[in-house]
Amino acid sequence: MNVTINGAPHEVPDGTTVAQAVLTLTTATTGVAVAVNDEVVTRSAWETTALGDSDRMEVLTAVQGG
Amino acid sequence: MDDLLIAGEKFSSRLIMGTGGAPSLEVLDQALVASGTELTTVAMRRLDPGAPGSVLDVLRERGIKVLPNTAGCFTAGDAVLTARLAREALGTNWVKLEVIADERTLLPDPIETFDAAERLVADGFVVLPYIGDDPALARRLELAGCAAVMPLGAPIGSGLGIRNPHNIELIVEAASVPVILDAGIGTASDAALAMELGCDAVLLATAVTRAQRPEMMATAMRAAVQAGRLAHQAGRIPRRRYAEASSPTGP
Repeated sequence: MNVTINGAPHEVPDGTTVAQAVLTLTTATTGVAVAVNDEVVTRSAWETTALGDSDRMEVLTAVQGG
Repeated sequence: MDDLLIAGEKFSSRLIMGTGGAPSLEVLDQALVASGTELTTVAMRRLDPGAPGSVLDVLRERGIKVLPNTAGCFTAGDAVLTARLAREALGTNWVKLEVIADERTLLPDPIETFDAAERLVADGFVVLPYIGDDPALARRLELAGCAAVMPLGAPIGSGLGIRNPHNIELIVEAASVPVILDAGIGTASDAALAMELGCDAVLLATAVTRAQRPEMMATAMRAAVQAGRLAHQAGRIPRRRYAEASSPTGP
């Protein structure tokens, strides 16, 4: 299935979890937050939340600014 | 100097730092230490796997409390989602709410800001909204439950100082929450003026991070905020049109 991760298209296996998708970007587990289709997925739910076709996932962290 | 109190939390420094514009994390680190700040704001952005180091490591190392902001948001919806992501990523329910009206001026959008503030307060956030120098909006945001108000002195990064000191004084007079002068500071005298006008704290970034010598400017800002606070508390003499002799007159 096709999903969008931080604005870029990705093809991932069916049943891919948020935790697995985050791992493609970073091994960090703190200082990072995830939203799928504009809803926050809390850290404790990463392993149990599966992505669906056409989902938009955003992985954010703190940077210099403001 | 007396403590700054925001939402029941004490800070002995009244200088809140931003992190935008620093040429490197090393320069930022030196400037933050020199500023004496205990509260520093960071933006939330898409994770870049190739980014070297993290601003969070610098803040953690120095024991500085992190204040996530919603810089880059143009709508209340974006700002609320960004604040929730920041809470999740950083483990803090504090947020500097910033909803911008347009790229050219970066002036805050009062309607979207107020909408987002109400939603975030209802969601349990400690909300510090960045606003124009508008006394009526400041009052409304305080009544809506914001923990502080952060009026601008001038547009972000402009270094134009405090363009409307009268409005800042009106905001200070009416507020029961801390007033934090945010944006527009160019040099130390601007920060001192903010404090002399009665502001409780100053937030600045560019004036330090883009100064020719950031660490030295951070030291200057620290001293200016302290001097301005003391002068405000000491109570300045009234301005007079003519001289008033300070030594006895007559023979």
